[in-house]
Amino acid sequence: MKILTEITVENKTSIKSNKKRNKAIMHGILFALPWIIGFLIFQLYPIIASAYYSFTEYSLLQPPKFIGLGNYAALFKDDKFLISLKNTLYITAVGVPIQLIYALIMAMLLNMKVKGKSIYRTLYYIPSIVPLVASSVLWIWILNPQYGLLNSFLGKLGLYQPAWLTNPSLTKPSLIMMDVWRSGGTMLIYLAALQGVPRSLYEAAEIDGAGKMKKFFNITLPAISPVILFQLIMGLINSFQYFTQAFMFSSGANLQISGGPENSLLFYSLYLYQNAFSFLKMGYASAMAWILFIIVLVVTLIVFKTSLKWVYYDAE
Amino acid sequence: MQSELSSQKELNRLKRKKVIKKTVIPHVVLIFFAIIFSLPFIWLVSTSFKTPENVFKMPPQWIPRPFKPENYINAVKAIPFFTYVKNTLIISIIPIFGQMIASALVAYSFSKIDWKGKKILFPIVMATMMLPSQVTMVPVYIIWSKLGLVNTFTPLILPSLFGSAFNIFLLRQFFAGIPDSYIEASRIDGASEFRIFAQILLPLSKPVLTSIALFTFMGGWNDFMTPLMYLNESSKWPLSIGLQAFTFQFQQQWELLMAATVLFTVPMIIIFFLGQKQFMEGIVMTGFK
Repeated sequence: MKILTEITVENKTSIKSNKKRNKAIMHGILFALPWIIGFLIFQLYPIIASAYYSFTEYSLLQPPKFIGLGNYAALFKDDKFLISLKNTLYITAVGVPIQLIYALIMAMLLNMKVKGKSIYRTLYYIPSIVPLVASSVLWIWILNPQYGLLNSFLGKLGLYQPAWLTNPSLTKPSLIMMDVWRSGGTMLIYLAALQGVPRSLYEAAEIDGAGKMKKFFNITLPAISPVILFQLIMGLINSFQYFTQAFMFSSGANLQISGGPENSLLFYSLYLYQNAFSFLKMGYASAMAWILFIIVLVVTLIVFKTSLKWVYYDAE
Repeated sequence: MQSELSSQKELNRLKRKKVIKKTVIPHVVLIFFAIIFSLPFIWLVSTSFKTPENVFKMPPQWIPRPFKPENYINAVKAIPFFTYVKNTLIISIIPIFGQMIASALVAYSFSKIDWKGKKILFPIVMATMMLPSQVTMVPVYIIWSKLGLVNTFTPLILPSLFGSAFNIFLLRQFFAGIPDSYIEASRIDGASEFRIFAQILLPLSKPVLTSIALFTFMGGWNDFMTPLMYLNESSKWPLSIGLQAFTFQFQQQWELLMAATVLFTVPMIIIFFLGQKQFMEGIVMTGFK
């Protein structure tokens, strides 16, 4: 008898906790529903659909026609595609490290005990809130070969005054210059990370007689390495999507993509956009989208894999 | 006596050296960079007040003489400026509400409701942050085009109702910091989840919601690619597209272009100074983990 009541009580509580769990699941799904719907419609379905479109010829006007690997085969014979890939790799491999290193140096300068730190911080940060289109217009003017600010300085110093935006080998460095000017956000994040490094670590190192370099490489860098990883990944991904600045610098008529001198500003996203919306080659553009997807996936995985060797997490 | 004095001198010299090394050098470097980083702004504002002849004067004038504030009036008149402003406000203000509500609901599910699904879904949310928009661009465009909504504001506004990974993440981190005890008491009292969310969590989250509002507004204001894709008629253009078109149309009239650029930029700077604290905190919060 006693045993029986115990069993029923146990059953009752388990039923009750089951009910509670089901209710929590229901609530969980209900509250997450906006994101779930958005994810299905605007992310998951498009990824799958673009995989399908990538095997078709599709101009929006007629239904998609299956052509197998035709688009992919054509892409690797397409010089403009290869140029756009090369340009994007350039801006990623050169631009991202320069920005990350610059932002770290500035953050370290700001992290010193100096007066008026908040004024400097604001001054360095403000360029990054200037709208990208506005900042591009301004820089096109600064880089004007005859009347621009930069060349007038170079002229005063008796230096060579290049045609920044028409010389194909200088268009990308010009973009990087502007991007460095705009990297205040990264600097702020580094600054916060630097301020979070425990003082006691430096004090301990000083007792051991560590010099500045040693402190930087053995304490500062490892301590902020998770933040560097995050910035590196976001920087790489943003760089693969390079669009607005390049569009502005190559400033085509009637809002069309131009590619700039000798296609030196034809980045991956621009060429993808041009295929989709100027040439209405949706299948071709989708094949480009999938190649981009795979590149981003592989690069991120490689960075994460190698990060196991250089990123230190607190043993919390 | 003599040696004592010289050693005192020596000490002072060393002290001075240390002061120079510790404070003067950093300031010199910081000021140097501050000047370099401010010059483009000064150049921008200065050009916007110049006469057309003075724009092309070499060496450049820093303080424009004569001073021409009329450039601003001419720039506004040269383009349908107020239409652009109105369109820009539509695509930058309406999404604020969608983003705040939807992202907060989802973040609540991922932080304060105890269910297993979130352990699967939240990593997916984080992974979507790394998904370049180019990957989904074509099919999303095809959806809108089949619905007949290209060349309307809908494709720019409606997606905000589903929240964004970035905002969900930001809010989830914030909610996670609010002690569960606040909520458990209300749950025992029989308050519904929605009531807990609306009456306890949301009022506590004002700072982070303000950050989201600021970021969403700035995102809409600055966006170039989405309006370029969806808004073909110039009557629907926001300022970003309008300014690009203006650049092409008035290639040599730098004083007008710079005046328009200033007008496009100033609201962002004002917003930054008004919400500086939230702003900086928001940036820093998203930079971690």
